[in-house]
Amino acid sequence: MTQSRWARRAATDAAMTWLCGLAVAVTLVPLVSLLWMVVARGASALSWSFLTSLPKPVGEVGGGVGNGIIGSALLLGLAATIGLPVGIGAGLFLAARGDGTAGRTVRFLAEILAGVPSVVAGLAVYALLVRPMHRFSALAGSLALAILMVPMLARGTEETVRMVPRDLFEASLGLGVAEWKSGLLIVARTAAGGITTAVCLALARAAGETAPLLFTALGNQFWNLRPDQPTASLPVLIFNYAVSPYPDWQKQAWGAALLLLVLVGVLNAAARLATRGRFAGGGR
Amino acid sequence: MTAPSRPVVGVAALSAGFGDRTALRDVSLALEAHAVTAIIGPSGCGKSTLLRCLNRMHELGAGAWVRGRVTLDGDDLYGPDVDAVQVRRRIGMVFQRPNPFPTLSIRDNVAAGLDLNGFARAERDDRVEAALKQAALWNEVADRLNRSALALSGGQQQRLCIARALAVEPEVLLMDEPASALDPIATARVEELIHELKDRLTLIVVTHNMQQAARISTRTAFLYMGELVEYDRTEALFTNPKERRTEDYVTGKFG
Repeated sequence: MTQSRWARRAATDAAMTWLCGLAVAVTLVPLVSLLWMVVARGASALSWSFLTSLPKPVGEVGGGVGNGIIGSALLLGLAATIGLPVGIGAGLFLAARGDGTAGRTVRFLAEILAGVPSVVAGLAVYALLVRPMHRFSALAGSLALAILMVPMLARGTEETVRMVPRDLFEASLGLGVAEWKSGLLIVARTAAGGITTAVCLALARAAGETAPLLFTALGNQFWNLRPDQPTASLPVLIFNYAVSPYPDWQKQAWGAALLLLVLVGVLNAAARLATRGRFAGGGR
Repeated sequence: MTAPSRPVVGVAALSAGFGDRTALRDVSLALEAHAVTAIIGPSGCGKSTLLRCLNRMHELGAGAWVRGRVTLDGDDLYGPDVDAVQVRRRIGMVFQRPNPFPTLSIRDNVAAGLDLNGFARAERDDRVEAALKQAALWNEVADRLNRSALALSGGQQQRLCIARALAVEPEVLLMDEPASALDPIATARVEELIHELKDRLTLIVVTHNMQQAARISTRTAFLYMGELVEYDRTEALFTNPKERRTEDYVTGKFG
């Protein structure tokens, strides 16, 4: 009697362990095969001129994605300039005053914004900025990316700031330090590692976005550093090259995809490093 | 109750609470300068609330209210044009759990109040050293001022927090059960420190440990259910209490 029950439990245990392993495999196989495919096909496209030169017209061999790399950097830089103050500011507000009506409203709106499909953010910026300016521009692309970053930043900031023990805030107040200074220079500084993580994750997300850039930053065959001009970017370049019928372009799409993957990987690694060793929550 | 020789903090008809809950009811007492006053009483009797009313920390809680008067050297601390931040600069606070700033070094922790209040950088190191010496911590940390404050033991951390409070040179230091999270040896050191510090400033110590109150204080206030039951010289309160409730509490019949 007890022996058969024991055997049944052991069998269930083995089956469940096996199913969990299967779930892990099902998750990892597409990821690993995708990484492998990008690396295998992209690596052959990489060269110094691929990184530094402009695209060549159809029919000519060679050319690179240098303008896409610079363009992505410009877009991310501008998006961070717009998005970081707003997103981190909103997060700090939610952590400090998030329990009132204003706080609940802001949190609700941020959650909705987080659920907005990225293509819709692009459409909104198209109506808000591209139509009035009569021109696609890096600024418009950055604004669309910033809109996607803000809710991620706000949530990440609020969560890490809330993890800082209230003791520290009170300790600072007890020294005769004003509330806003205590919040910013003690509490937010203690949470700086976590906020850096949120920034890296938001940038990684923005770096890979394609849809909101299609009708805002558009794309550009040439170098551009001006915010008011259309700008090339790695994701849009990948999109255009990948759907083209030319084998040489398709190969370059793989190369650009590998570059983008490395960039996002570096940002994610930075996000992990920022919180390693020193935990924002204090304590021992 | 005999009147204190030289009152510095005056509390008159003070009531306080949160929302419709009253934590402190009509408390009046005068606290002696350069002395240690202990506030004792069972959990929830309002002793922490009383302490936090003195440096206007109580009002930070949601729905908090305060009625009555608190004076420091004759100045009304709840006056219409009094800034709570300025009050906290004159009346410092040490908390139950050691709470050094985790991202700052030992030196920067002590200097935090100076830095954040915009004091001159010139005398920074001197004031850090002076505060650490006053807190009897200098000899233990002089060779590692740049190390993280979290590397210190719990008792050292608490003395660091005391040094941090002393560095801004307050007139009064409030201590909310400053030794209750510490081991007996660290507790003894903090008590010794309290004894030394009363030459320099006025100390008000909340404790739930009656032996500790008897050891460290010149006067003791006994609070029960938000009311001040008895306030007297410590020796008199413990050996010859006038109120029945005080006697029951100090002899361990309840609490």
